[in-house]
Amino acid sequence: MQLQYDIEGGNFTKAGFASSEIKKVLKQLNVDAATIKRIVVSSYEAEVNIVAHAYKGAVTVVIDHEKIVMQYQDEGPGIPDIEQAMVAGYSTASPEVREMGFGAGMGLPNIHKNADDLLIESEVNKGTLVTITIYLKQEGGQ
Amino acid sequence: MQITELAKLTEAQVRCGNGLMHTEILYAAASDLMSDVLTIHHDGMVLLTGLANMQTIRTAEMSDIHCVVLLRNKKATPEMVELAAEHNIILLESPFTMFKACGVLFNAGVQSVY
Ligand SMILES: Nc1ncnc2c1ncn2[C@@H]1O[C@H](COP(=O)(O)OP(=O)(O)OP(=O)(O)O)[C@@H](O)[C@H]1O
Ligand SMILES: [Mg+2]
Repeated sequence: MQLQYDIEGGNFTKAGFASSEIKKVLKQLNVDAATIKRIVVSSYEAEVNIVAHAYKGAVTVVIDHEKIVMQYQDEGPGIPDIEQAMVAGYSTASPEVREMGFGAGMGLPNIHKNADDLLIESEVNKGTLVTITIYLKQEGGQ
Repeated sequence: MQITELAKLTEAQVRCGNGLMHTEILYAAASDLMSDVLTIHHDGMVLLTGLANMQTIRTAEMSDIHCVVLLRNKKATPEMVELAAEHNIILLESPFTMFKACGVLFNAGVQSVY
């Protein structure tokens, strides 16, 4: 199954829409609640990062029997030092972003904690691609 | 503690979720930082916050938080109420400060997440 949603940079009212849709699909697929939470929290953090830090982007989601792969691709400033961006507490968020309740520098470390695999690729002044993989455990199974 | 009692203790008004007021909560987290809240994994938790925007409700949705209390007399917008209702989130508005709400609930036995 493949899903795709656009994400608008700067638009905090709409931030979370894509993650909400992903959550609905996972519930229909009877994925267990703990796994859904890991997936949607990771998804939401990556989605908010595009809203907060980039100009525009999209997420492509591929779900099969064993895993979900979410690719967050954006056009934006890119991340000059990915290792530094991964440090808990590191944030370049603007005052506007902080007013919206974000900018603690917790997003990327939290995705890392929740995901089975996290890959960040970025080119300065072009954009960023964040790939999150999480293995699924079906309810009633295993 | 049931949400009914929590609402009474914080002198809160119920904006949505009237039918869910018997939901039990064990824990409370108090924060205006949503990326902080998103790192918490406890079930049966209420979120106390001074942040009243759409992301407050989205964060609750993603984190499976079933009750949100807006403090310091912050008011939910109609869009927030609609989103909370859609996801069965109980939304309360309390005139208390964060400090007062935490104190009252802590005294009544609501637990901290760590
Ligand atoms: N898509 C992106 N485009 C450009 N920069 C990004 C992107 N995602 C993250 N960053 C950079 O990495 C930093 C750390 O990101 P992280 O998600 O950990 O924290 P944050 O977004 O600043 O705050 P929080 O996630 O706690 O709200 C950001 O402040 C920003 O500088
Ligand atoms: Mg972030």
